[in-house]
Amino acid sequence: MLNYVIKRIAIAIPTMLILIIISFLLMHSAPGGPFTSERPLPPQVLANIEAKYGLDQPLWRQMVNYVWGVTTEFDFGPSFKYKDRTVNEIIGQGFPITLKYGFWSFVFAIGIGIPLGAIAAIRQNTWIDYLAVGVSIGAQVLPNFVMAPLLVITFTLWLGWLPGGGWSGGSIEYLIMPVIALSTSYMASIARITRSSMLEVLNSNFIRTAKAKGLPSRTILLRHALKPSMLPVISYLGPAFVGLITGSVVIDIYFSTGGMGYFFVNSATNRDYSVMMGITILVGFLTIMFSLVVDLLYAWIDPKIRY
Amino acid sequence: MSYFAKSLAAGFVVASIAAAPVLAAGTHPTTGEALADDQTFTYRVLDEHSSVDPQIVEDVSGSDIVRDLFEGLMNQDADGNLVPGVATGFTTNDAKNVYTFTLRDNAKWSDGKPVTAGDFVYAWQRLANPETASPYSWFAEIMSIEGVGPVLAGEADPSTLGVTALDDHTLEVRLTASLPYFALMTTHSSTFPSPQWTIEEHGGDWTKPENIVSNGAYVLTEHIPNERSVRERNPMYWNNDATIIEKTVALVINDENTALTRFLAGELDRTEVPAGQYPRLKAEYPDNAISFPRLCSYYYTFNLSDSGPEAFQDVRVRQALSYAIDRNVVTDQVLQGGQFAAYTFTPGATAGFEVPDVPYASMTQAERDAKAVELLAEAGYGADNPLSFNMLYNTSEGHKKIAIAMSQMWKQKLGVTVELANMEWKTFLEVRGQQDFDLARGAWCGDYNEASTFLDLVTSGSGYNDGKFSNAEVDALMASAKTMSDATANYTRVEQIMADEMPVIPVYHYTNVYMMSDSISNWPVQNVEQNWYSRELYKAAE
Repeated sequence: MLNYVIKRIAIAIPTMLILIIISFLLMHSAPGGPFTSERPLPPQVLANIEAKYGLDQPLWRQMVNYVWGVTTEFDFGPSFKYKDRTVNEIIGQGFPITLKYGFWSFVFAIGIGIPLGAIAAIRQNTWIDYLAVGVSIGAQVLPNFVMAPLLVITFTLWLGWLPGGGWSGGSIEYLIMPVIALSTSYMASIARITRSSMLEVLNSNFIRTAKAKGLPSRTILLRHALKPSMLPVISYLGPAFVGLITGSVVIDIYFSTGGMGYFFVNSATNRDYSVMMGITILVGFLTIMFSLVVDLLYAWIDPKIRY
Repeated sequence: MSYFAKSLAAGFVVASIAAAPVLAAGTHPTTGEALADDQTFTYRVLDEHSSVDPQIVEDVSGSDIVRDLFEGLMNQDADGNLVPGVATGFTTNDAKNVYTFTLRDNAKWSDGKPVTAGDFVYAWQRLANPETASPYSWFAEIMSIEGVGPVLAGEADPSTLGVTALDDHTLEVRLTASLPYFALMTTHSSTFPSPQWTIEEHGGDWTKPENIVSNGAYVLTEHIPNERSVRERNPMYWNNDATIIEKTVALVINDENTALTRFLAGELDRTEVPAGQYPRLKAEYPDNAISFPRLCSYYYTFNLSDSGPEAFQDVRVRQALSYAIDRNVVTDQVLQGGQFAAYTFTPGATAGFEVPDVPYASMTQAERDAKAVELLAEAGYGADNPLSFNMLYNTSEGHKKIAIAMSQMWKQKLGVTVELANMEWKTFLEVRGQQDFDLARGAWCGDYNEASTFLDLVTSGSGYNDGKFSNAEVDALMASAKTMSDATANYTRVEQIMADEMPVIPVYHYTNVYMMSDSISNWPVQNVEQNWYSRELYKAAE
């Protein structure tokens, strides 16, 4: 097991390097640059700015300098667009925000999604099943960029219960709408995966044997059926968790949360190379880490899996 | 009395009225109106500002904040006229190439230090210093300060710049050209003073709320990137007694419809009206929905370079395409925000600019359409030889609607086939800058309130002339306008040439379309540059 973990981490290092190199090259190949603007800068001014940010050097050297700075000093450089801030500060400020609303969305999605899917499977083809499936399909097809403004109109404009946006340190009234808007589609996916996987498990031979043995249904469900039916859910949860905690541009735009999702998308359109790289590296790192965690969870749940 | 002297004198009167009586809290010192208890002004910004460092800031929302935090030599009043700021006034020589500003002796930084001429010298040297890498260092160049070229190029020390503190309260600026409008340029945020001791102590972190020292009516107290920035009254400001708004909050709200909802829920005092919603909002909230002219022009530019289509070299084709656009449909049916149909490049709201009587502006649309058909036929295009080209704009719902309307007009009236193409912003700029287009969208907002900020765009040497229009007479007229005290005749002539030559299709002139809380008073709707100062606003009691 320990060997396996070490091996996976060893593979992660070249994976990260390849990720950095490919993103770096792709980004620099996009037309325009961070200082392209509607009012082109005079050549001398542009040269001064590019010299300050090291953009006057050949691409390979920029890349070497960048990787060196990141690995030795953990320095992701200054933002080219938000000149009062470094990338470390932008991530340091934005990531805790997305982490907070992402984590609660995750809890919400699991807390409702799994029971909903399980109940639907147990009561298959009853009105409970239809209702649960209906709810999850509804939640799935209602995109969050439709849901977010609807929530704001309902809870802010009509009812006046919640502030229409902002963050204020993430106190609960600012958290409710982003969490609802972000978690519903995840909740729906979790419910559907849980339902189908549970149905499969409930129809399998070992459950039939358990029933034939006369075990009470509660024991069959909780002790024998739930755990194996969680496998597909867990493989979905790993990337979903990373997706949630690294933020959503839709949530950041509609609720002005100041999270990292908006910076990510915005940095691409602004050609803010350093911010874009910093967030890409963070998201890549988290993705690799959580796929490892998911693989380890597999081994714990399914005794047949051994590393 | 010249324009500047007049506006200065007017400014002194306003300033002295504002400074004189200090009445009991709760009433406005000059109008006597009852004031609201909560003097917090909250407004929406589309995007996070780039910086609040006066020499680094380059965007409008950042400049709005910087104008509150810092104060330059001169300010603008509600009509855009020049009024004293840190300087109480200035003198200039006959050649208008040496300006001497007298600084008030009671101006202070927020840490209590006096504001001196040396702070301006430091800031202006910092602006030009290549190490600062200011995106606005070209502003020092258009200010024509002596020695700016070599300093920018890193060939001379910044101390060689032609700006000197004769003493703590006297600043002398030497120029390489005669600039009658020089003082107006000192209202621009890149010329504001900066605190050397704070910048040296904190480096790049000096603009953080915990470090920043500023000399304006407000100090930065909170900044959460992409969420909010807060500025609060600066008790050290020399004219603090006249300030009424205690706190100004800028909230970053990317989506304009969400911002509108939050305005209607009472969370904001000001927000932009989304395109097409103005008539509805005006009917429903007549006191809140406002629209007023803005110094910006929306146009399409023909590619007249060698890479452009052959057809556009023919002036009759350019005229036909321009004539066939029914601008009133664009402004009244598509935009619906009180925008002005444009037949000239320079907006009519520009100071000292008289909209010239260009022939096609006074025709009816039916006449223009008939003329367009005739011109295109003369140029040899018609059913047997149809004209076709592509039309490029940057990706946006609003631009798309206008492009569709325009291409439809051409198709119906002239049988012209237009292929629409949209590109993401930076790609669009790159492609347009390389003349890789037939017809491309453009928009220009004036850097200052004078026609040359628009008309310079069509001179051959302009770096912004993406259509590569070149006309010797235009170049000569614009060059001589630089040193004239009244260049109105030159600008009129240039607009007439543009109406004949039609290098661009003017479509409309912008308006600011806002939802503004009815308690906010004194918003400078007459200031077309929209250089507003929180200290001049106030909230009246409901």
